[in-house]
Amino acid sequence: MAKNQYLIFLGCAIPYRVSAYEISARKVLQKLGVELVEMPEFNCCGLPLDPVSHEMMLILAARNLALAEQKGLDIIALCPGCAGTLKKVNKMLKEDKALREEINKHLKESGLEFKGTVNAKHIMQVLIEDVGLEKIKDSVVKPLTMLKVAEHNGCHILRPKEYIGFDDPEDPQTLKTLIEATGATCLDYMDETECCGAPSVGVSDKVALQLARDKLNHVKQVSAEALITICPFCHIMYDTNELRIEKMFNETYGIPILHYPQLLGLAMGMSPEELAFNELRVDTSKIIKQVVEGEK
Amino acid sequence: MSEVENKEPIKASEMDPKFKYEIAKMHGGEKLMRCFQCGTCTSDCPVAKFSETYRPRQIIRMAQLGLKDRVLNSDTLWLCAACFTCTDRCPQDVEVASVIRVLRNLAAEKGIVPQVFKEQAMSILESGYAYKIPDLRIKKRETLGLPPLPRGNSEGIKKALQGVSFLKHLEKKGE
Repeated sequence: MAKNQYLIFLGCAIPYRVSAYEISARKVLQKLGVELVEMPEFNCCGLPLDPVSHEMMLILAARNLALAEQKGLDIIALCPGCAGTLKKVNKMLKEDKALREEINKHLKESGLEFKGTVNAKHIMQVLIEDVGLEKIKDSVVKPLTMLKVAEHNGCHILRPKEYIGFDDPEDPQTLKTLIEATGATCLDYMDETECCGAPSVGVSDKVALQLARDKLNHVKQVSAEALITICPFCHIMYDTNELRIEKMFNETYGIPILHYPQLLGLAMGMSPEELAFNELRVDTSKIIKQVVEGEK
Repeated sequence: MSEVENKEPIKASEMDPKFKYEIAKMHGGEKLMRCFQCGTCTSDCPVAKFSETYRPRQIIRMAQLGLKDRVLNSDTLWLCAACFTCTDRCPQDVEVASVIRVLRNLAAEKGIVPQVFKEQAMSILESGYAYKIPDLRIKKRETLGLPPLPRGNSEGIKKALQGVSFLKHLEKKGE
């Protein structure tokens, strides 16, 4: 299996409303020599339906894995929810023969079978494990030494630890390391690993937005100039909802929320236009100015 | 969904002693009985921090006691954000978030399904995606320089999901 070739798994949230993440991720990965293969038959990873039907989630996830097995390629997912689900189900079905047989009965009629021959990874894992930190550092032509930012990992890239097995959920370092590879400073702040609240939207917006507000307050306290995410749902919570939270609680944050590939892309010398900064809701002109002036 | 809590006194007749075994037989519910009510889950829960009613420890206790109707009809069951902090920090390795997911699945079996899940399931059956991606978005991809959006295989998905009991909740809508 070629190490730099993956099937790209977009999931649902990204094509629905987070195109800046996809645009910037594709550009950055291409520059790093990661080849993305499109896979027309993929379906939702299954995670959104796990609360109401674990069985349906398992079948949907297994179908994606079986499709990837037919192509003989590992999966790269941009969404930690998708990556986490595919990883978890991959592990469950590999280890539990009875469950595997039960799920394979569902796949058989479409000529598919789960065998457990491919891996699913989140983009961050591909960057750190397969591309490697040295190659990323080498790709930086405009170090962002003028920027002080904070990171937000999101839950499903780290938890549950037993199934994900990536980084330390209590004190994650990978995203910080990747941010620092761009030359930017990554600040520590209170409750860094706390959930953004996205899954509670629709059930209780009030609770969900308070979680996001708490995070934005902590990020503001350390004077971070931007918050860096690697999850479409976390990004929606902080970027799309930042103005809503400001109005609701009569507070101002003015914190731009960037997708990590946007930050890396800037350091690689790509322009904010190329990296779809115009798709972001929170005004980014201040940090763009810093980056542009920093070049001079 | 409102945040209301049933504060009626518990009657012995409400308790179903077999309920815990029903949960323990399901994937993710196996370790329910290990819980000794230390409260780590609730104290570390980001949702509990802001919700007046959502308390994972309480949900686990209700399940252990067999307060089946009370717990399955509870609105707060749907507040869990599935961040898995409780699962990772539980000193008894109960997999709290998975037990809560099992309870939600059991509630769904009884027909208690928040509308958002029905809509997502319908959308997946029709298009492969959990959300209906607007045509405008699909067309815009071209101008953004993105490859065409993969089309889901509705037939293949329906075939794979044949016999899944959850689908009965979608029938009324003509699926």
